[in-house]
Order: sequence, then structure tokens, then C-alpha cells
Amino acid sequence: MSRTIKDRPPGLLVALAAIAIALFGLPLLGLVTRTPWTELGSILTSDVVIDALWLSVVTSIAAAALSLVFGLPLAWLLARVEFRGRDAVRALVTLPMVLPPVVGGTALLLALGRRGVVGEPINDATGFLLPFSIWGVILANTFVAMPFLVITVEGALRNLDPRFETAAATLGAGPLTVFNRITVPAILPALRAGTVIAWARSLGEFGATVTFAGNLQGRTQTLPLAVFVALESDRDTAVAISLLMVVISFVVLISLRDRWWSTR
Amino acid sequence: MTVVANIVAQRDDFTLDLNLRIDDGETVVLLGPNGAGKSTTVAVLAGQLPLASGFVAFGDTTIDDSNDIFVPPRDRRVGVVFQDYLLFEHMNVLDNIAFGINTRGARMADARTDAGRWATRFGVGGLLAKRPSELSGGQAQRVALARAVAMQPRLLLLDEPLAALDVETRAATRRTLAQHLREFEGPRLVITHDPTDAFLLGDRIYVLEDGKVTQEGTPERIHSHPATSYVAAVAGTNLLTGRNHGGALALDDLDFELRTSNTQIEGDVLITVHPRAVALFTDEPHGSPRNTWLTTIDSVDPLGDTTRVFLADPLPIAVDITPASTAAMGLAPGVRVWASVKATEVAVAAVGSN
Repeated sequence: MSRTIKDRPPGLLVALAAIAIALFGLPLLGLVTRTPWTELGSILTSDVVIDALWLSVVTSIAAAALSLVFGLPLAWLLARVEFRGRDAVRALVTLPMVLPPVVGGTALLLALGRRGVVGEPINDATGFLLPFSIWGVILANTFVAMPFLVITVEGALRNLDPRFETAAATLGAGPLTVFNRITVPAILPALRAGTVIAWARSLGEFGATVTFAGNLQGRTQTLPLAVFVALESDRDTAVAISLLMVVISFVVLISLRDRWWSTR
Repeated sequence: MTVVANIVAQRDDFTLDLNLRIDDGETVVLLGPNGAGKSTTVAVLAGQLPLASGFVAFGDTTIDDSNDIFVPPRDRRVGVVFQDYLLFEHMNVLDNIAFGINTRGARMADARTDAGRWATRFGVGGLLAKRPSELSGGQAQRVALARAVAMQPRLLLLDEPLAALDVETRAATRRTLAQHLREFEGPRLVITHDPTDAFLLGDRIYVLEDGKVTQEGTPERIHSHPATSYVAAVAGTNLLTGRNHGGALALDDLDFELRTSNTQIEGDVLITVHPRAVALFTDEPHGSPRNTWLTTIDSVDPLGDTTRVFLADPLPIAVDITPASTAAMGLAPGVRVWASVKATEVAVAAVGSN
């Protein structure tokens, strides 16, 4: 007879956790049972899907990269530099996490659109127009995704003992050397995690994109937008694209889990 | 090059007022209790805290004049060994040591070659590929020391260098530290609250209490003439040498025999008798103490809440008693008294075990 030393987990907790798992699992089941398996190949190689897939991949990676390039310095500023209104800036930065994306998209349009506060002078001077272009998609994605990177990295910076940076300074390192060679390597796990979260958020982005960049196949129509359009007209295509997104996300999250995903 | 510092610094309600001078090749120890201003001194010298007034000069170079001149930490070339070492965990031992050489302009490859040489000099040449978390406390301290010295500092500053070690490693590490300190030929400053560190590492000691220097001098001088009750308490222990034969201690250079309860450690021994363990009587005492002798008072120094009495021959040691009993017994230089100490209060340690 085998004996176990561990207590059995409390039944109530297990039951509640099982309900939570069902909440995430059942929709997936629904998707799989309604998938038109026989036509799947032809649907997924159609122009609409290929265009949307390509746009989604490019814009989500670009948005994750931009989030990293601008979000890391911003996180550093919020964590390390004391300035007046820092709390207000932090609230401003995290606002897109709370706002409905459609509101964010509207705000972006009013600022950077053809008649926007900033967009109009830029358009008059250069003829460049952000909305309804791939740049608009990338901007909208970055707008909603960067806050996730900023709060992840800021948390890691706050947990980092600043005396290591002091030690580096006594060894002759200037502020930028300290940042590059001490600070960044020390928060690398959080930096990776933040980038992955930003990428994931940006891959699923819908509201801000459709409001700010529109829904033009081959130019601004990413996978989520293509699903939304297809739902109206062609349910099979909507289901096929949805399944594609589930598979992409699942594979990326699982394969990065050990090396990139944990914050140590 | 000589470090001269006339430090007046302010932190919250605390004021530090300290005049320091450290010559090339000299180890100066700043000894003081918690809250005396030791960490403020580190902050001032390393460049984290500007002076309120005074100046700090390394040779001809002023690095803080409390006015226009404030050289930032990265340009000071103060090699700091931090209390918990602060080695960079994402770099191996070699790159930790190379860091300060590299930031001063050497190419990384050259810096690593140089760092390897320093590692060998500090006895960590076999650990170059290790991460700091894989090192023992003593090894980490040597790496931190090598990293600080490798940048060729103008001042080597050790902040509580032994505090992070457990008691057993501390004794052994203290001795290697004393040797390794000599590898650096410039001025050396050790900050500590531990009198043993101070007496074994220091050529000269500054005693810091409540932001002020209360005594300055060689370890011998401070030991024999403590100026405050704090110094007396931390520096007062009587140190003697001799040979133990079954509890009978034949003292070197003294015609006197002490009894100890320790019969385990035979042969050449280091003997310590705490000044508070010695009792003085006007009449010959009777009872348990095995060590009782008649002696003459050499000097009486009131130090606030204790009085330090030095005894003359046959056993010149320090004794701490309360000011009340000093007055009651009429103790003064030349007065004859009986001294006694229990055999259990006479501690012995094998010579060399430290």
C-alpha cells in the first residue's frame, strides 16, 4: 500500500480552479468543433488571410520592438529619476491598459489624424499620413502594448538594488555605461517578459487599430480585423482565422515559456 | 600621495566632523560604534554625499572643496570594497575585476589580461569563470578587493570588509586580508565597528563616536591609553602571551604565573583577560579565585561610567571598575591593593589560530 505525505488539495479550491480552466478551455473547444477542416487549407491560403497574417506578424513584432526601445527608457525614468508629476506621468502611461482600445484609437485619430492637432501640420508639411497605413497600425499597437512592458520593467528596476549602480560608478563607469552594462543585464528576464507580453497584446489588438488605422485589406487589416469582417459574411473563414491565431499564440507562449516568459 | 580630508558633512540631524590623513602604504582604520558616522564617511569619500564644509584632497587634487569642486564618483578613483561586496552577478569573476580597468579606457581584451593577473595576486586566479553566487564569503571578498585595486585607485576604501563573513571564516580571512592590503601601495582606509579588525589591520586608528574623533593613534597607544569608555570597552582587553602547562600559565617576559581553567590547549598560547573580570580589594580576599596577588596602582583614568585602573608589577594589566568603588577604596597611583581574577575568566587560544 502506498502512502502519500502531501495533504490532498482542498476540494473547493480545485473545483473553483476547474471552473476557471473551463472558462478558457470551452471557447477553444467550440472553435475546434466548428472548424471546417476540409476547406481549412484553401481558406488559410486565400489572399485575405495571407495579407492579414503578414500584417499581423510584421506590426506586432514592430510594436513589441518599439515598446522596448521607448518603453525601457521610460520605465527607467519612472523608477530612477525623481521629478515633479511622476505619479501623473505613470498614470498617463498606464491609461491605455484601462481605456477601451476604441477610445484610445479615437484619441489617436484626433491627435494624429488628417485633421488632428499634430497630424494636420505634419500632413501639410510632408504629405505623410499615419492613419490608414501600416504605420498607423504599428502606432496603435504600440499605444496599447507599451504600458505592459513599462510596468513590468519598472517593477524589476525598483527591485534592483541601486547600490550595484553605485558600485559601478565608483569603478569609473559613467551613467550610460552603468545603464548598459549593469542595469539592463540585471533586469534582462523582466525585459524579455515585458517584450513578450507587449507582443502578445499587440497581436490581439483590435479596437484602437480599427478606429485609427481603418480596415483595409493588405494595408491595415490584421488577423483580428479579418475575423471581425468575416463573421458578418463568411463564418467558416472567421473560424479558420481564429484557430490560426490560437495556434500561433499558443506555440509562441509555450516555446518561450522557460527562457523568456518567467520574470525569474 | 597622501589623502587629506577635513570632512564636515550633514545627514538629516546628524553631523560628521572628521579630520583624516592617510599616507601612501599606510592602513588607517576608522573604528566606531553604529551611528558614529562611518557610513557617512564612506558616502563622502566615494562621492555619494557632498561636503557641507571642509575639503577632501588626494595629493594635489582636490575632489571636494564643499564649494565649486565636486568630482563625481566615476572620476574619483576611490576603490571601494563594499560591506556585502556588490559583485555583479551577471558577470563572472574575471569580468568583475576587468570592469574597472575597462571603464578607465583599456580595451576589453587587455582589461581581461590585466584582471587575470590581479586575480592571481589576490588568490582567486582559479575562480575566473565562476559567478559571484558560486563563491564563498572569503573568496567574494578577495574578488571585491581585486576589483577595487585593479582600477588603480588613489584611495582604497574598505567598508566593514569582514562583517559579511561568519565567525569561523572571519579569523582566517582577516589574516589574508592583512597580507593582501599590502598589495596596494597607496593610502588604505578600513572602516569597521570591530576592534579586532582595527587592531590587526590598522597602522593607525581613528576612533569615531557620535560624528567626532575621540581618539587617534597607533593600536598600541589606543590599547594602553583609551580616551573614552567606548574605547576602553572595545580596546581594553588585556593580551598576554605564555605557555600553558595543565592550567598553569608561565607568562612571557613577566615573572608571574596565572591559573586558567582551560587545560585543553597546551603549549604556546595567547591569553586574554577582560578588564572587567579583574576585581580589586584593599584587604587580602579569601575564597574561590585562584589568581590573587598584591600589586600597586600605576594610574587611574576616569572614563565616565567606568574607571580604568592600570596595575604595576608583577602583572601590568588594565582593570575597569565603577567610579563609586574607586572613590570608596581611595584608589590613586601608588596605592597598594589586592587583585584577583577567576581562573575561568583567563581565556587562552593557541598561538596562530587567531
